[in-house]
Amino acid sequence: MSIRHSLLALLQEGSRYGYQLRGEFEERTGATWPLNIGQVYTTLDRLERDALVEKEGDDGEGHVIYSITAAGRAEVTRWFAAPVAATNPPRNELAIKLALAMTLDGVDVAAVVQAQRTASMRLLQDYTRQRRAAASNAGASLSGPAGTGSANDAAWLLVLDSLIFSTEAEVRWLDHCEGWMAQRVAAGRKSSNGGSSAAGMQTMASTNGAVSK
Amino acid sequence: MSNQVLQLEGVSRSYGQGATAVAALRNVNLTINAGEFVAVMGPSGSGKSSLLTLAGGLDKATGGEIFVEGTPLGGLSINELARLRRRAVGYVFQDFNLVPTLTAAENVALPRELDGIPARKARRQAKDALRLVGIEELADRFMDQMSGGQQQRVAIARAIVGQRRLILADEPTGALDSATGDGILEVLRGRAEAGAAVVLVTHEARHAGWADRVVFLKDGRIVDEAASQHDPSVLLAGLGH
Repeated sequence: MSIRHSLLALLQEGSRYGYQLRGEFEERTGATWPLNIGQVYTTLDRLERDALVEKEGDDGEGHVIYSITAAGRAEVTRWFAAPVAATNPPRNELAIKLALAMTLDGVDVAAVVQAQRTASMRLLQDYTRQRRAAASNAGASLSGPAGTGSANDAAWLLVLDSLIFSTEAEVRWLDHCEGWMAQRVAAGRKSSNGGSSAAGMQTMASTNGAVSK
Repeated sequence: MSNQVLQLEGVSRSYGQGATAVAALRNVNLTINAGEFVAVMGPSGSGKSSLLTLAGGLDKATGGEIFVEGTPLGGLSINELARLRRRAVGYVFQDFNLVPTLTAAENVALPRELDGIPARKARRQAKDALRLVGIEELADRFMDQMSGGQQQRVAIARAIVGQRRLILADEPTGALDSATGDGILEVLRGRAEAGAAVVLVTHEARHAGWADRVVFLKDGRIVDEAASQHDPSVLLAGLGH
């Protein structure tokens, strides 16, 4: 997550001190990724070093106020224009666990898949319930247009949607793994019954979409 | 007892006999209470649709017993079963199954009229049901004058008309885009919160996420269940928290 760019983007709206920036960030993202204040000030120091922000004095209560520089604004523009690049896939413990489960003897892969599916489904239920509550707080129907909620309410709903869709993707991937394994087992049975040795390869080639309708 | 709208006790369904018999459901136990929204998930051929047709009395179990509002379905004649279905069970299908030559209100009133309710009363009940699904103002429209999402709302109104408490929905959002599908799930959710027992068969995890409970079927058996934990610490957050 780019704390650096997030703080810069918030500073574009106006000068702020560290605690204000943390509050604004969490309000818009629903505190899904909490920031600690130490991170905020370290990041501001680096932004100042890079001439993307500058100190504007304090607010009279000892809070140091930061404002964005022209170079900082250019950086924000560049950030929004560029796609988020996933150069290395982030480490995915579940994918690693399944890969190992499938290649080691004595691991009940189907049980691993089902345990994860149940846990992911439960998470999905919780997110969905939160989304319903958030949508009704925002005074907006889930299905309808933006309604009367503020921009921050809408931002929080989008973050929840992102969590919902990525959890859904995980469950779909688990379904896919299960279908693929079932086909492999069936193909193995066929070839041990004297079937063609190419059966396994065909199965692997034709499994895309075997589970998801 | 009266809280249990649907109960499956050791229910099995197999097709064919002897060596070629295929078991669609094996010894399934499931109880669904009034006010509960339950999703049934599983791969193709896992028995999801069999479970729904058995629960709705459209097919007979080969083992075990099914109770709808306390009535065992096994001993009912075909006519008694049809009457129970019209009184207690509402179906919602992926392709809506509405009559194109009837208006929305007439479609919804149809099962009531078939049940011998006078037309005016059936019509009033239909309007009530259409109001509950949020499309009262479309009562006089024909199906070709309505969007897919609106037609599915008509189908849900038909499923709940006359205060039927068991709603069985088979992939009801399958033909709809994502946002319209969410609207349908919202309506089903609302019906559960108003006291109906809702069973949703789906292969989409995101839709199952709307349920209180998710039942996983595999090879005709229930292999696991996920119940929402109502744990606010999952995501504290939210605005103003």
